[in-house]
Amino acid sequence: MNEINSGKKILSLVLLIAGVVLMIAALWMDFTKTYLVINLGSTKLAFRGMFLVLGALFVLAGLYYIPTVLHHRAIINFIFLFPLLFTFAVTVIIPMFVGFFYSFTDWNGVSFSRMVGFENYAAMFKEPAFIWSLLLTILFVVVNMILVNLVAFLLALLCTTKLKGVGFFRAAYFLPNLIGGIVLGYIWQFIFSNVLTTILNSPYSALANTNTAFMAIIVVYIWQYAGYIMLIYVNGLATVPKDVLEAAQIDGANEIKTLFQIKIPMIAATFTICTFLTLTSAFKQFDVNLALTNGVGTVRNFMGSRLSNGTQMIALNIYNTAFARDQYGYAQAKAILFFIILACVSLIQVRISNKREVEM
Amino acid sequence: MKMKTSKAVALTVVGILLSIYILFPFVLVVINSFKTQAAIVQNPISAAGASFKQFATNLSSVINNKNFVFWHAFGSSAVVTVISLVLLAVFGGMAAWVICRNKTKWSTAIYMVFISSMIIPFQVVMLPLIATFREVGKFVGLGMNGTLPGLIFAYCGFGGAMTVFILTGFIKGIPYELEEAAAIDGCSPEGTFFRIIFPLLKPTIVTVTILNGMWIWNDYLLPSILLGQSNPNKTLPVAVQAFVGSFVKSWDLILTAALLAMIPMILVFLLAQKHIMDGMVQGAIK
Repeated sequence: MNEINSGKKILSLVLLIAGVVLMIAALWMDFTKTYLVINLGSTKLAFRGMFLVLGALFVLAGLYYIPTVLHHRAIINFIFLFPLLFTFAVTVIIPMFVGFFYSFTDWNGVSFSRMVGFENYAAMFKEPAFIWSLLLTILFVVVNMILVNLVAFLLALLCTTKLKGVGFFRAAYFLPNLIGGIVLGYIWQFIFSNVLTTILNSPYSALANTNTAFMAIIVVYIWQYAGYIMLIYVNGLATVPKDVLEAAQIDGANEIKTLFQIKIPMIAATFTICTFLTLTSAFKQFDVNLALTNGVGTVRNFMGSRLSNGTQMIALNIYNTAFARDQYGYAQAKAILFFIILACVSLIQVRISNKREVEM
Repeated sequence: MKMKTSKAVALTVVGILLSIYILFPFVLVVINSFKTQAAIVQNPISAAGASFKQFATNLSSVINNKNFVFWHAFGSSAVVTVISLVLLAVFGGMAAWVICRNKTKWSTAIYMVFISSMIIPFQVVMLPLIATFREVGKFVGLGMNGTLPGLIFAYCGFGGAMTVFILTGFIKGIPYELEEAAAIDGCSPEGTFFRIIFPLLKPTIVTVTILNGMWIWNDYLLPSILLGQSNPNKTLPVAVQAFVGSFVKSWDLILTAALLAMIPMILVFLLAQKHIMDGMVQGAIK
């Protein structure tokens, strides 16, 4: 036992020292700008990054081998949490705070020259194109919250009957949800601009007009999303106890009465989940918007100006503000506003639904 | 609960009609990738002019296109998805276990941060993410922007919250006595996790992997801003976008490309249909 422990002690010490030395070497190279680079013909091998990563790994391994019974659990906890917390911090937490700060500057993606206070936030509300995107998104969310849930619920009722082929129907209705929005968007662009014009024998594509193009996005979105929401309703309907339904039947309730007075109240929690899912996903709609219309569409007169982004929703507006117009600070301010709206709306939705569930 | 025959027939007809409507776009994609551009424009619904020879021509011009490079894009997507999923399952399981079995202030705080981060829309962190990755990459001396390891790193960060959330819910239900028994038998904490807890997590890991897998495989925005449209290692959705951008209205090639992009997902679905549908529901309910 002692021998193992002393062996572990040496191993842990060596690893810890090697790790710290490697990390210090990497940092030293970083600060003094002495880059140890080996030329391998066409590719250059830089050691700085490798040193830092190897150093960190050595330190973790050294910690693992420390011969202590008392603190071993704590060390393991740290090592187990470290990878996910580290990636999470670098990809979500740090950018979140950095982004909040950048929304108050004239950031151009690389650097910023001055703080502008609330200028970015004020400018948004004077930009008709942005207001249009915001209102359009809200309309899109409201329409979809109703239509997707309605369609999905009807599909779920169909898929919980005792018909033959119900399994096939479920799989078929769910299928569009498997395919990414970009690919779907292009397929539907083809359908609207070629197939439907052939079937209806009309020279105009639905995508050429702002109003019909917006409806087209709604159609595609329902087509893609209803199958998924349907599955959740099917699952909810399956939890309604059979004896309750039988009791209702014996009491002489017809099918419609059973539906409205037993099934729907009993799956109130499922309705909450589904409205929440449709709400948040419709708000964030980006892929189909980009691939189907790319936000294009003429609006003749909105707040006194002519717009060319008639079908552009807020996520695409933020994207274009940053990447097409290079106004990163401004786009970031829009994104923060988007976040605030989304957070408020989802909190309100959950509140209202919870209250109603209790009442039922 | 027997249904009247006439009603059952009517409902079946409705169901079939709906299936036709929902599957119609997929059928169109298949039909039209067997045709020439001229035949498609003439009549996109009929199968006239469709031939295997034309399909082979379309296929080879799509696969060899320099904006699409199908096999390369497919490889990138597969590598990114598989590695991210494995890392998320292992790291997520480890983190969820620690959070769940240590009721300290710290673990609760970490858990709350994970949960509340789930409401953050990607657009909020999208722009500063590029800047952060650039700075971190410069500091560390490893390329984070424009590389597949950087993309995998980002997926581990973004997928972490949901993975931990679902796995924590499951670990709570595993009796603690199991771990105590293992400890008495002389099992180390890390051994307890990998030998006892992790195998028990398997069904939930499947759920998490399906949810994350569908998201990562189909994701467009993150790879498009981290890798860029012209990156040789771009993933499939980015490749489709880059490809369509280069051919404005060549529907024969675009639809063949769409078909190629859809096939892997549909094959996986046919093989694991029940798992995928259950997984999607379980993920939503939790």
